[in-house]
Amino acid sequence: MMEAFLAIVRRDLHLALRSGGGAGLGVVFFLSVVTIMPFAVGPDLALLARIGPAILWIGALLASLIGLERLFAGDVEDGSLDALCLSPLPLELVAAAKGLAHWLATGLPLVLAAPVLALMLNLDPTAIGAVVLTLLVGTPAVTALGLIGAAFSGAFRRGGLLIAVLVLPLAIPVLIFAVSATSAAITGPVPFGTPFRILMGLTLFSLVLGPVAAAAALRTARA
Amino acid sequence: MGLLNLANPTRFVWLSDRLLPWLSGAAVLVLGAGLVLAFQAPPDYQQGETVRIMYIHVPFAWLSMFGYSLMAVSSLGILAWRHPLADVAHKALAPIGATFTCLCLITGALWGRPMWGTYWVWDARLTSVLVLFLLYLGVMALRAAIDDPNRAGRAAAVLTLVGFINVPIVKFSVDWWNTLHQPASVFRMGGSTIAPSLLWPLLVCATGFTLLFLALHMLAMRTEILRRRVQALEARAAAQAGL
Repeated sequence: MMEAFLAIVRRDLHLALRSGGGAGLGVVFFLSVVTIMPFAVGPDLALLARIGPAILWIGALLASLIGLERLFAGDVEDGSLDALCLSPLPLELVAAAKGLAHWLATGLPLVLAAPVLALMLNLDPTAIGAVVLTLLVGTPAVTALGLIGAAFSGAFRRGGLLIAVLVLPLAIPVLIFAVSATSAAITGPVPFGTPFRILMGLTLFSLVLGPVAAAAALRTARA
Repeated sequence: MGLLNLANPTRFVWLSDRLLPWLSGAAVLVLGAGLVLAFQAPPDYQQGETVRIMYIHVPFAWLSMFGYSLMAVSSLGILAWRHPLADVAHKALAPIGATFTCLCLITGALWGRPMWGTYWVWDARLTSVLVLFLLYLGVMALRAAIDDPNRAGRAAAVLTLVGFINVPIVKFSVDWWNTLHQPASVFRMGGSTIAPSLLWPLLVCATGFTLLFLALHMLAMRTEILRRRVQALEARAAAQAGL
C-alpha cells in the first residue's frame, strides 16, 4: 500500500516538474503578486513592513490555488482516474498522495521563495522567520483544502474560478491564524506560540478533511 | 411507515397543498403580532429605540444557522439514502438560507452603526457569519456549475457537509474569542439575560420568522418538484416529436 502511495506521489511529481506549468510558474505568480502590491499601496517602506506578512500570505494562498485546476482534470480526461479507482489503494489515500505531490511541487517552492520576497517588502529577520514558519505549516492545509475544490472542478470539468469560490471561504481560518501568529511574533502582545499552535491544529484537521472530502467529491461524479 | 410515505414526492405535493395555506397564514399572523409587540416593547435603557432592530436581526441570525443545519441533514439524506426529496429540500434551502444570512448581515450592520459606531468590524462572529454566507453561495454556485442534476445534488451535499464545520464556529465564536459582538444572551446556561419585556416580543418574532422560513421552503420545494415534472414532460414530448 505504501508502495502504491509513493508511486502516485512520484508520478505526479514527475508530471508537475516536467510539464512546465508546475513549480516555476507558481513562484513566478507569487513574485508577480508581491510586485504589484507596492504599486497598489505605495512604496512606503514602513507600511510595507507592517502589511508584508499579509501580502506574502495572500500571494502564497492564490499561488497555491494555481495548478489545482489540473490536479484531477488530467486524470479524469485520460482515464487514469478510473485506473486509480480500481487500485487497492483507497481513493482517500490516492487524493492524499496527489495532494502531497502537489504541495511538494508548488507549495514548498513558495515557502522557499518567501524569504527573498520578504526582503523586498522590508521585513526584518524575526518577521521573515515567522512568515516562513507559518507558510511551512499553513500551505499544506491550503493544499489539502484545495483538493476538495480540485476534485469538484476536475470531476465536473469546471474552471478555476469555481475552485477559488469553494476553497477560499474554507481557507479563511488558516489565513487568520497564520497572519495573527506572524504579527504576534513582530509586535506581540500574544506569544507567537498561541496562534501558531492553533494553525498547526488547523493543518492537521485539514490534512484529514481534504482527502476524505475530495474522495467523496470524486465518487459523486462517477456514481 | 407514515414518515416514509411523506417522503414520496407525490405525497409531499398533496400534503403541501393542504398545509401551505395554514402555514403561510400562521406565519403572517404570528409575524404580524410579533412586529406589533416589537413596537410596543419598551425601549432599552441604554440602546433606546435602536434595540428594535434586534427583533428582526436575531431571528435572521438563528434561521441562517438553522437553514444551514437543515441543509446538512438533507445532504445526509442525499448521500446516505439517495432520496429525491432530500435533494429537492437541499436545493430549495440554499437560496432561502442565503437570503436570511444576507439580511442578518445587513440588519446587523444597520444596528452596529448607531451602537458600535461602525457598520462592520472584522470580529469573529461577523466574520464567521460572512463565511456562512459565502458557503451558501458556494453551494449554489457548485450546483449551478454541474449539468447533471443528480450529480449536482450529490456534489453540493458533499460541499455542504464540509462547510458544516462553520456552524458551531458561528455559534461559539462569541464564547471562544473576546468579540465586540455580545455573547449569547437568550439560550445560555443559567437562563436568559434579556429582560422579559424585551424577550417575549423577540420569541414571538422568532417563531413568526421560523414559520415564514418553513412556508417559503415548502413553497420552493413544491415549485422545484413541479419544475422537474414539467421538464420530464417536455423531454418526453420532445422525444415523441422526434419519433
